[in-house]
Amino acid sequence: MPIVEITGLHKSYGEHEVLKGIDLSVAPGEVVAIIGKSGSGKSTLLRCINGLEEFQSGSLTVDGRPLLHHNAAAMRELRQHVGMVFQSFNLFPHLTVGKNIMLAPSLVKRKDAAANEALARKLLQRVGLAEKFDAFGDQLSGGQQQRVAIARALAMEPAVLLCDEITSALDPELVGEVLRVVESLADEGMTLLMVTHEMNFARKVADRVVFMHQGRVHEMGSPDALFGNPQTPELKQFLSALHD
Amino acid sequence: MVDFSLWDIVRNLLLAARWTVLLSVIAFVGGGLVGLLLVTLRLSKLPGTTPVVTAYVQIFQGVPLLVQLFLAYYGLGLLGINTSPWVAAGAGLTLYTSAFLAEIWRGCVESIPRGQWEASASLALNFREQLRYVIAPQALRIAVPPTVGFLVQVIKGTALASVIGFMELTKVGKTIANATFSPFLIFSCVAILYFLLCYPVSLYAKRLERKFHAHR
Repeated sequence: MPIVEITGLHKSYGEHEVLKGIDLSVAPGEVVAIIGKSGSGKSTLLRCINGLEEFQSGSLTVDGRPLLHHNAAAMRELRQHVGMVFQSFNLFPHLTVGKNIMLAPSLVKRKDAAANEALARKLLQRVGLAEKFDAFGDQLSGGQQQRVAIARALAMEPAVLLCDEITSALDPELVGEVLRVVESLADEGMTLLMVTHEMNFARKVADRVVFMHQGRVHEMGSPDALFGNPQTPELKQFLSALHD
Repeated sequence: MVDFSLWDIVRNLLLAARWTVLLSVIAFVGGGLVGLLLVTLRLSKLPGTTPVVTAYVQIFQGVPLLVQLFLAYYGLGLLGINTSPWVAAGAGLTLYTSAFLAEIWRGCVESIPRGQWEASASLALNFREQLRYVIAPQALRIAVPPTVGFLVQVIKGTALASVIGFMELTKVGKTIANATFSPFLIFSCVAILYFLLCYPVSLYAKRLERKFHAHR
């Protein structure tokens, strides 16, 4: 059974249609990279999956649960299964790193304090920041903040992790440390959907690449097929523009 | 003409200043609670709340406080409620304060980046938890200096309650002035007392502002 199932998804801002009928189904453990020009709707699609954006028609299920926008209980349930990491990290600046990670599990999952702290420390260890438990976000580099954000998302033990251009706001020398964490998640079998501009990374880690163009899935396939043998002129143009 | 020593004057004004302080506290606490409710309603985005809250704020910001106090005093009377100046002044100032505080606080909440709402939403926090644990603690830091600064406006605003017969500092000053025929002396004393009430508050607001600024 697919973990994320999207059928006939349409989304518009007023008159402007951003997603013009998306069909996408993601298997458990699959790593899907979404590429495309800015304005192609790739981030919007990602944000629809955890309900940050509302869509007008079509259906979307995560782990068999339909996304019901106006049902707060259903949204809360669904979001516990979908983690998200943002371009701009969005750590809570008034909380320490440890508390950033422990906040949602304690509120939403009612996890007891000791187990919660143990989990937070384990996750920080995993992203290589074990010693930063008591630090604040503004004392960390961008790459470190993003790794904390990943740990925070993982603390909810999601079935799917959405990554929205998570290295785009980073200095080039900090990109690697974040991508290595993502790669290790992929190796451990986490289902990942990532919007990315890191083509080499997508090629290396993704099981499937989705090229979006003007609100549609324009081309989709294995990284080798998509990067090695693009079928449509739009994808060819997109890829050649990257090499300029 | 009655003979008043300076001490008589100051003593009476000081006694009256108690009611200025008490009225300010009522307005600030009442206005704070109503203002908090208004901001929460506005942020909840429940259908219909935004226009209602906006209209409320616009009305109370767009009508002079003096007129509001008249309306509170005579309006409550029309409704068959036996109004004392206390009730009318307390109600009028509470409404006025709530509208301004709601607007100040809304601005503070809106200055919190949208990413904070989105990150907390994607961690499955509900609206109340987002507000309580993520947004409010950050907004509060920004809100303290302008809120304390607005307290000065409220303290000075209580002077207008004199027109509906509320015996606070200004009203008592006027009464004494009428009896002593030395209005300049009396109102100078009144002015000094207002200043002594407001200045420390302003100073405190400034200090808070510096403090929160440095922590950024």
